Amino acid sequence: MTEAAVCPVHHERDHPLHPPIGFAEAVSDGPVRMVWPNGVEAWMVSSYAGVRQVLSDPRFSTRKGGQPEMRTDNGEEVLDPDQPGNINGIDGAEHMRLRRPLSRGFMVKRMNELRPRIQQIVDEHLDVMEAKGAPADLVASLCLPLPSLVIAELLGVPPEHQELFQATAGDLFGKNGSKDEYLAHATKLAEVLTPIVEAKRAAGTNDDMIGLMANDTDFSMEELIFLCIGLLAAGHETTSNFLGLFTLHLFEKPDQLEVLRRDPSRADVVVEELMRYTVGQLGGPGLTRRATEDVEVDGVLIKAGDWVSVSLMANLDEALCPRAEQLDLERDAVSHLGFGFGPHQCLGANLARAELQIGLRTLFERFPNLRPAVPVTEMRYRNDMITYGAAEIPVVW
Amino acid sequence: MTVRIDQTRCIGSGQCVLAAPDVFDQSDDDGLGVVLVAEPPADLLPGVRDAVDRCPAQVVTLEE
Ligand code: HEM
Ligand code: SF4
Repeated sequence: MTEAAVCPVHHERDHPLHPPIGFAEAVSDGPVRMVWPNGVEAWMVSSYAGVRQVLSDPRFSTRKGGQPEMRTDNGEEVLDPDQPGNINGIDGAEHMRLRRPLSRGFMVKRMNELRPRIQQIVDEHLDVMEAKGAPADLVASLCLPLPSLVIAELLGVPPEHQELFQATAGDLFGKNGSKDEYLAHATKLAEVLTPIVEAKRAAGTNDDMIGLMANDTDFSMEELIFLCIGLLAAGHETTSNFLGLFTLHLFEKPDQLEVLRRDPSRADVVVEELMRYTVGQLGGPGLTRRATEDVEVDGVLIKAGDWVSVSLMANLDEALCPRAEQLDLERDAVSHLGFGFGPHQCLGANLARAELQIGLRTLFERFPNLRPAVPVTEMRYRNDMITYGAAEIPVVW
Repeated sequence: MTVRIDQTRCIGSGQCVLAAPDVFDQSDDDGLGVVLVAEPPADLLPGVRDAVDRCPAQVVTLEE
């Protein structure tokens, strides 16, 4: 076997909205061996068919036990692989036990019921932005607060606990702290959540996520609290970064922005295409799995025990759609991999879609002249390894 | 043409509902996908095929 290339796990980009330098070239030839920064050697799969296969074939496990954290140089594991309630780190029946009851809380119908509330949150934040006047930072004004307020709504955090919940959630995810700081904030958030769970258990209600988990499942208190924190973790920075990145892509492509402006009622299709394209352009190693048996992917034999990472750059594969390298807001929605695929596909996808659709549509309807106050290439970006996005988006209108 | 969902592996993602809202729904009891129209008319078939493609658990089938 030829020597494995070093996986370019970095965010050096020739343009803030393009993939890391060298990444596309490194992954272009089907499954290739790569070395992660921590020394672990893994396969990188990046074709559309290959990524779908790895993410949906039960012979690939998502258990991270024994895996040194691939994204950090020091191999520090942020999460105990056996942490009860870690829905993303278990397979098969164990995974279904946690996932199924949660799916009910994320049903398409339920997400549609949340839409008016999401609209209200967006409107209130844009009111404040407008009143303060241009220039404004879109990240602080809308992208950051929206997802955590919406998740609090979904979970059913009562109004009297909102302020503390938001402050603690902000401490937990707002900064790139050390592992110890992370754990301290997570403990604090657990302390905020516990009495809320107990109250819902006593009341016996199931009309929000916490009530549903507390009263309609066999989840332990530890699982339940960790799941709540997990929902915040998975849905907070992701959604806020994407709302920002979508806006930046539109700023950089005025003809595409025009497509949305002409017919804002197509916001749902527009968000799917932006999702496909943005995730594809982010590049990077993406999601990790481990083969439990020998499996062939794209004609290459992956052996039992091998680590595999899939790159969602597969969203730019021509096998998915013609001219896949181009953002084309006029195309119909395609079956992209922006939210993953297989049993672990994003639980919050329909919530994220609702937030992104309402956020984007309202932003450009309300401020038809919205534009960047400084060039997109001169804005500050957060080079955190797990999530990538703009730290600030100064805008005028 | 018969549409089926293998509920034993369905994860309740609702992608089928988004793809073809007239053909699929999610059960109020457990969020799992359900087929509303097992023998859909021709004009609904493109949406059904889209659902077959999009279903993350690969459990929606359309038998010719
Ligand atoms: C634009 C926003 C978002 C993006 C791009 C995104 C992306 C993803 C991806 C790619 C996965 C698959 C991980 C894997 O296969 O290992 C995932 C899983 C997950 N996401 Fe999201 N997500 C977003 C928003 C949300 C929101 C709003 C929530 C919840 C409120 C959420 C909750 C979850 C959970 C719980 C999982 C784990 C599911 C499982 O392992 O069964 N996500 N997300
Ligand atoms: S798309 Fe598939 S997994 Fe999702 S609800 Fe429908 S049948 Fe179930």
